[in-house]
Amino acid sequence: MDLTAANESLATSKSRSWDEIRRDFPVLHQTINDHPLAYLDNAASSQMPQQVIDRLVWYHSGEHSNVHRGVHTLSQRATRAYDEAREKVASFINASSSKECIFVSGTTEGINLVAHSYGRKFIGQDDTILVSALEHHSNIVPWQIIGEETGAKIEVIPMDDRGELILDDLDQMLSGSVKLVCVNHVSNALGTINPIEEIIERAHAQDVPVLVDGAQAAPHMAVDVQALDADFYVFSGHKMCAPTGIGVLWGKQKWLDQMQPYQGGGDMILSVTWEGTKYNDLPFKFEAGTPNIAGAIGLGAAVDYLQSIGLDRIARREADLLAIATAALEELSGVFVIGTAREKAAVLSFGVEGVHPHDVGTILDNEGVAIRAGHHCAQPVMDRLGVPATARASFAFYNHEADIEQLVAGLYSVKEIFGV
Amino acid sequence: MTNMRALYQEVILDHNKNPRNFGTLEGANRRAEGDNPLCGDNYRIFALVDDEGIIQEVGFEGTGCAISKAAASMMTVRIKGKSVDEAKEMVAEFRAMLTGHLDPDDDHNLGHLKVFHGVSQLPQRVKCAVLPFHALEAALKGEERTSTE
Repeated sequence: MDLTAANESLATSKSRSWDEIRRDFPVLHQTINDHPLAYLDNAASSQMPQQVIDRLVWYHSGEHSNVHRGVHTLSQRATRAYDEAREKVASFINASSSKECIFVSGTTEGINLVAHSYGRKFIGQDDTILVSALEHHSNIVPWQIIGEETGAKIEVIPMDDRGELILDDLDQMLSGSVKLVCVNHVSNALGTINPIEEIIERAHAQDVPVLVDGAQAAPHMAVDVQALDADFYVFSGHKMCAPTGIGVLWGKQKWLDQMQPYQGGGDMILSVTWEGTKYNDLPFKFEAGTPNIAGAIGLGAAVDYLQSIGLDRIARREADLLAIATAALEELSGVFVIGTAREKAAVLSFGVEGVHPHDVGTILDNEGVAIRAGHHCAQPVMDRLGVPATARASFAFYNHEADIEQLVAGLYSVKEIFGV
Repeated sequence: MTNMRALYQEVILDHNKNPRNFGTLEGANRRAEGDNPLCGDNYRIFALVDDEGIIQEVGFEGTGCAISKAAASMMTVRIKGKSVDEAKEMVAEFRAMLTGHLDPDDDHNLGHLKVFHGVSQLPQRVKCAVLPFHALEAALKGEERTSTE
């Protein structure tokens, strides 16, 4: 395998057509129940292009070893590739230093790390944690656990019927003893793009730090953590063309320096004696044990891949797909869109009158269309909108219009079977 | 489409649209709640069992997909007037049918409930159909809460 050639071809891929790009994804080229696969569950997990798969194969067949330990050549190769992946991630989100990028297993672990290490240090009995009404369970439950342990209160930034946060009372909510604001960049259930710049600015005006769950944003738009001025920004590899089990917690060094380690073990120490342990420097202080080396390298390759296309081009492509799909669904009688925020990423939640989303999902799957049906790990969002669940089609740049046509055809079957 | 028709048969769609015995049962002496935490389906089953161990009245309420709602509705129709032991036997048979251990063409006490046989072909939907039966079993055993997990 010639990785240099592969990288060179990537470098020139800004002009590649979407059809060419789609061919990079082997998983898309199969039939499900005798229909072409229309993969519209990208908000749950995206697919990997051949370039990322090849990078993983190369790591496992030519570089695998433990990192930061061995003097031998393989260990040096693995260490170099792992460290390079961190540099790629840092540049991807424009972090001022790769030391601020901690590899974690995913967004969930990243948020739990902050809850554990920031929460236990800075949040006390009389404090409040502000959590937006649009959050995924992974940005709710860790704070409830900290709340139970410390006695701190959770207050909810409300949302309206469109799925937009209501920020009228934010300044008042921020006053008092608020220790952290937790908000997602993009809602996984409804696709709302939250005005996190404004939220961060208003929180900082009252010296409150902000954690942003970027799981649904990082793959779909250019993210600049310095411009945002967030305090923590967390995202997952498997939603951005990398494998599962890898993600990134970016945090400002001033917080990471003050926080206690999350887990103890190898790699996160400088020296260990029975009298005490000196912790390692950032980022290693938060990476105990052998990390997910292959995952991190795969994530680095995914960053290369996404950047070779261009995040702005990706965002425009997905906005087009969302507009086409939204218009198509709005034309279908008995089908209604759930979540109509003015700023939306390519997540389209919908319902069919009188039909439970699970039945919609089963009938669509029978026609090769993969969507998510359920509460999307966001039960409070469902409760707020008064629905038990939604059907959700979520798009990536490698989807094409034929996927939307197949979705619409599948919805006609749903309507026919249920007599809608 | 063919196998979807086999799954969503008219009788299932009818019970989904017009569930029988739907609503809280006043005076119930057996009740349990069943949850499928993966999808959020939730049902409450109520039964009034007399001193002879006969299920005199039965009701259910809750939300879920067509499969789970129709299964709950048809289950309540089927067990009304049956003994607790017969109902437990039926729960076991239903579960066996959905896991491929009972041929719907052999002898059983499932009656119309055999229309759910098609669900056994969709492993991810088996829990939907079984959920109300799970809850019924828990109610009859005197437990109050159950889950498919």
